[in-house]
Amino acid sequence: MGGDTKATGVSRRGFLASSASTAAVPLAAGVLGAGAASAQAPGRAPDPRAPVDMVLKVNGTDYRLPLDIRTTLLDALREHAGLTGAKKGCDQGQCGACTVHLDGQPVLSCLTLAVMAQGKAVTSIEGLEGRDGTLHPVQQAFIDNDAFQCGYCTPGQIMSAAACVEQGRAGDEAAIREFMSGNLCRCAAYPNIVAAVKQAAVVKTGRA
Amino acid sequence: MRPFTYEQAPDARAAVQMAAVPSDAHVRSPVQFIGGGTTLLDLMKLDVMRPATLVDITPLEKAEAGRIQQTPQGVRIGALVRMSDAAEHPLLVQQFPMVAQSLALAASQQLRTMARLGGNVLQRTRCPYFREIAYGQCNKREPGSGCAALDGHNRLHAILGVSEACIASYPGDWAQALVALDTNVEVMGPRGPRVIPFAELHKPPADTPHIETTLVPGELITAFNVPASAAARRSLYLKVRDRESYAFALASAAVGLDLDGERVRDVRIGLGGVATVPWRARKAEEALRGQVLDEAAAEKAAEAEFAAARTHGHNDFKVPVGRQTLVRALMAAKAMEV
Repeated sequence: MGGDTKATGVSRRGFLASSASTAAVPLAAGVLGAGAASAQAPGRAPDPRAPVDMVLKVNGTDYRLPLDIRTTLLDALREHAGLTGAKKGCDQGQCGACTVHLDGQPVLSCLTLAVMAQGKAVTSIEGLEGRDGTLHPVQQAFIDNDAFQCGYCTPGQIMSAAACVEQGRAGDEAAIREFMSGNLCRCAAYPNIVAAVKQAAVVKTGRA
Repeated sequence: MRPFTYEQAPDARAAVQMAAVPSDAHVRSPVQFIGGGTTLLDLMKLDVMRPATLVDITPLEKAEAGRIQQTPQGVRIGALVRMSDAAEHPLLVQQFPMVAQSLALAASQQLRTMARLGGNVLQRTRCPYFREIAYGQCNKREPGSGCAALDGHNRLHAILGVSEACIASYPGDWAQALVALDTNVEVMGPRGPRVIPFAELHKPPADTPHIETTLVPGELITAFNVPASAAARRSLYLKVRDRESYAFALASAAVGLDLDGERVRDVRIGLGGVATVPWRARKAEEALRGQVLDEAAAEKAAEAEFAAARTHGHNDFKVPVGRQTLVRALMAAKAMEV
C-alpha cells in the first residue's frame, strides 16, 4: 500500500484530505480569524443554525473553525480540519472507529460535540507518530503483528491501544481485551490486535 | 440532528436557572443537561430526543460535583465524576466493591471515560422500539401510542416491574449497586437543594412510561451519598451477558452480605437486566435475613423474588437466568474474604 503511494505521488488518503481542506480553505489549519460568521442580526432571536467560532487544539495545532453547533468532534476533524484518520463507522458510539484522545483519555469523537472539546488537547491518529515520522510503538506493533485486515477500524484500535499501554492497563490478555472491547473489528483480527498491544506494552515497560 | 442552542453553566444553581421549563416537561423537556452526552447525543441523532437547548454542566466537575469524598457515614460521589474514575477509586474498590465493579463491567473504556455518574443513572432504555422513530408504537416516546415490544422482539425486555404500557428494561449497571445500598441522591432544583432516596428516583412505567423519574423538571442531580456498612464491604456485582464485555446485562445482581458465621445478619440485593427500574429485591432479602445461607436458601430467595415475573415470549429465559444469576452472586459473596 505504502509503495503505491510513493510511486504515484497520489494516495486516496492524500486526495481525500486535500479535498476536505480545500472545502474549508479559509478555515484550515492555524489560519486565524477567518470566516467569523456569527450571523446574528441585532434585536433578533439567536439563530441556532448560525455558525459558531470554535478553536480546537488538535495534535498541538490550533484550528479555528466556524462550525454549526451540532458538529461532532469527528465531523470537525474529518470534514473541516481535513484530518480523515479518525473513521466514521456507526456514528452511534457503538464501534470505536472514531476513537481519539481528549487530554490523553480515549473518547468517542462521534458522541462528542466539537464545542465541548474546546480547551482540551485532542490527539488523533495523525498526531501519534514522532515529529521525525517515527511510528509510535503501538503503530509499529500493529504492523509487526499484522493486526488488521481491511484497516478501517485500525485508527480507532490504535488510539485505544495507545491509551491502554500508556495507562499501564496491558498487564494481561484479559485486561487488554476489556480495555479494547469498545473497538469492534469486523475482520476479527482480535488475536493479532491483542498480540500487538502486548508487544507495545513490552516496548514501553522494557520487560516481557 | 435538530438545531439547538448551547449554553455552559458555571455552577449547579446557574444550571438549574438555565433549565427552567414547564412542570409537565419531564424527559421530553426542551432543555437538557449535557455531561458526557453518551446517551443524549446518541438519541438526538436518532431524533428520539429533540431538545431546543443544551446546558453543558461539565464545568461543575471543578467543584464538589467532580469529587469522591469519604464522609462520616460513608462516601459522597459527585455527579460529574467519570465512570472510569469511580470504577478505580481505591475507597470504592475496597469498601464498596459492588459499586466499583458495576462501573467497571459497564459499557466500554471510551464510554466509561466520557460518561458522568449523574447522567449514568438517567440513561434511557435500549428498547429498539423506543430508539427507532419509524415504529409508531412506543408509549415512552409518544404517550398513548401503544407498545410494540409486547408482541414484538422482546428478548432483552424486562420481566419485573412491567405494565401493559411498557416492558422496556432499565439498561444501567451502577444503579443496581446504588439501590441495594440505600443511597441518597442530592438534587439541586428551582426551589433549592433536596435529598431523595435513590430507591424513589426511578418510577416504574405503570401507565405513564414517559415519566421515568420523580425529578421535577429542571432539577439536577449533584451527588450520591452511599452509606458504609458490613454488607457494602462484602459485596460484588455479577453481570451475565451475551458476550464477555461491552454488552448490556441479560441479568445482573448487586449483592451485599453481612454474615454472622453462616447466618445472614443483613443482605442487600439489586437486580439489573430484568426490570424496568433499578430493582431492589426486597422479597429475596426478606427470605434470606436470619437464615443460614446455602444454595437451597439462595434458590428459595431467588424464587420468591421472581415469582412476580411477567414474561412475553422471547424473554421467558430471563426467569431462570435471573434466578441463577442471583444464586451465583449470593454464593460468591458468601465465599469472599473480607
